[in-house]
Amino acid sequence: MSQKHATLLVLAALIALSPLFFPSGYYYRIGALMFVNALAVTGIVILTGYAGQISLGHAGFAGIGGYACALAPVHWCLPPALAVVLGAAISAVLAWLVGRPILRLKGYYLGVASLGFGILVAMVLNNERWLTKGPDGIEVPDLGLRGLLKDVGLDLSNGEFWYGLTGIALLVGAWLALNLYHSPTGRALRALHGSEVAAGTVGIDVARVKLQAFVISAVYASVAGSLLALQNKFITPDVAGFMHSIEMVTMAVLGGVGSVPGAVIGAGILTLLPQVLTVFADYEQVILGLVMMLVMIFLPQGLVPSVLRKLRGKDE
Amino acid sequence: MKTTLKTAAPAALIALGLATAASAELKIGASISATGPAAFLGDPEAKTLEMLVEELNAKGGINGEPVELVLYDDGGDANKARTFATRLIEDDEVQAIIGGTTTGTSMSILAVAEDAEVPFISLAGAIDIIQPVKPWTFKTPHTDRMACQKIFEDMKKQGIARIGMISGTDGFGASMQAQCKDVVADYGIEVVADETYDPKDADMTAQLTKIKNAEGVQAVLNPGFGQGPSIVTRNYKQLAIDLPLYQSHGVASDGFIELAGADAAEGVRLPGTALLVAALLAEGDAQKPVVTAYKAAYEGKFKQPVSTFGGYAHDGFALLTDAVTRAGSTEPQAIRDALEATKALAGTTGIYTMTPEDHLGLDLSAFRMLQVKDGKWTIVE
Repeated sequence: MSQKHATLLVLAALIALSPLFFPSGYYYRIGALMFVNALAVTGIVILTGYAGQISLGHAGFAGIGGYACALAPVHWCLPPALAVVLGAAISAVLAWLVGRPILRLKGYYLGVASLGFGILVAMVLNNERWLTKGPDGIEVPDLGLRGLLKDVGLDLSNGEFWYGLTGIALLVGAWLALNLYHSPTGRALRALHGSEVAAGTVGIDVARVKLQAFVISAVYASVAGSLLALQNKFITPDVAGFMHSIEMVTMAVLGGVGSVPGAVIGAGILTLLPQVLTVFADYEQVILGLVMMLVMIFLPQGLVPSVLRKLRGKDE
Repeated sequence: MKTTLKTAAPAALIALGLATAASAELKIGASISATGPAAFLGDPEAKTLEMLVEELNAKGGINGEPVELVLYDDGGDANKARTFATRLIEDDEVQAIIGGTTTGTSMSILAVAEDAEVPFISLAGAIDIIQPVKPWTFKTPHTDRMACQKIFEDMKKQGIARIGMISGTDGFGASMQAQCKDVVADYGIEVVADETYDPKDADMTAQLTKIKNAEGVQAVLNPGFGQGPSIVTRNYKQLAIDLPLYQSHGVASDGFIELAGADAAEGVRLPGTALLVAALLAEGDAQKPVVTAYKAAYEGKFKQPVSTFGGYAHDGFALLTDAVTRAGSTEPQAIRDALEATKALAGTTGIYTMTPEDHLGLDLSAFRMLQVKDGKWTIVE
């Protein structure tokens, strides 16, 4: 069994078996949030971990995905499930438009351009009140799938339903990301991460492959934003905010930016920690910062790669 | 932030599934934005709830049972608020929720509370929260539409028919601007100049000059929040605009006069609550004992002036405890039915009378028209 299959199997088992230990319905909500965050962070892994590019505006794509689900069903009578696809398509096109000129350049220009892009999206969502209802947020129509499942005899609570659906979405996202890693494109991405010059010399179209990674990761963020909006049935422009972009990158770096399991662990920890830390009242931010610093100092490659290396000895 | 105002042991046992919540004891959940961009609203709300629960338990609780408060800080994030609402209902098993400092967080909590059929009292302004009426959702603050109506009523009395508006582009300012323009025609008033400013702007003279030069303008209205209105007031004075200036209930506090300067604020009118002018209320005013008691307790305990926002939390708690006392039960359904039947309950914001069609229960009389005179708020009426 390859490492890819082992990773997916462990992930599927964790998702399927964890509910056996849930003391209350609230834990389904936490699980679903973790999976949505992990899905977005998997996109960051493809962009930053595979291709070595940095984006500081991915929340902008999450915002587009989320607001597509809020607006398309109301204005164009699109079923919410198709709105997810529409949001992903818009995100992909915008990522292509932003990335195409920028990714021809070497260095961290994408970081700055995406930062500007994210802020622009947040501004539009905040200010175009006629469309988005502004900073107070907007209601998102029901996905309708839970009702359908009920009709065929599968009666799930809201929490259970979203836990299952986001869990499946994460599995699919992880599977695609792992496949990409082992594909020719994935190898090209890793090659240019090592050295753009060397990658160009062996015939890799560096700009094109980088652009592909950026577009794919934008779609991940967009779908994650859609799932969050549909789950909450309400969305505010915060989802596209700068802090959310930083949160995604932080989750990826904490878990280990080059690895899909790292994305899941990083997202899991940073989703769970604030919930656990409610007991420590005002020290939440301090503890979060401390954890981040300690991980960066002692495990600079992130939790998962560092721990794996320890387990395997020095043969890697 | 989680505060349990009783021993933590029973809560831990419940969390472990070793014990079930006693049904007679009232457990109130709250998700408040005590930190983050809405902290100036949420902080006094959280403090008020903690203080009131402590007070109530010292007096023996409700129906002979102590009250427990489970309080979380959602930081103004709607997504977090939904998680905490789920946690309150599913994990902490509370019988009612107070909270939702902002409209966004309230709308998130509302969806969870309606789904789980748990009574929810919101502390946010937007009318969308209770319109259309949702069976389990109530709210305590008056809407910005009512503030507009109160202001236009006063303008009409002064014979003002043409006004200029200068509004903040934040959630509060933009929402009130839209509501005011929606009702302004009912009062035969025309908006001849409509300007906006960013809440972070440091100077509004350009917009005010435009308004000053608008033809036939008789008064200026400034829907806004935070420091923007103080800057507008100062610029207004600097430009020597000799027209009545109306501010919104968003800046109804002594802090506004301090920020704008007593000299510039002189003559400014706004619709405010009884809380701000507790000492000036007439003897026999139904709200007087409530607001003086709350003001004395809060200022004594926290050494800070009371704010309208803390008052919203006070009223939410008063509505809930009143409903539980009348219902004689802590069953969510019984609490909801009693909440809906609230009659003439004096709070700090106004006098509440709920009906199945009205889950706010306030009318325009909840607002008092206030004016700054010699650096102090006075009632004009």
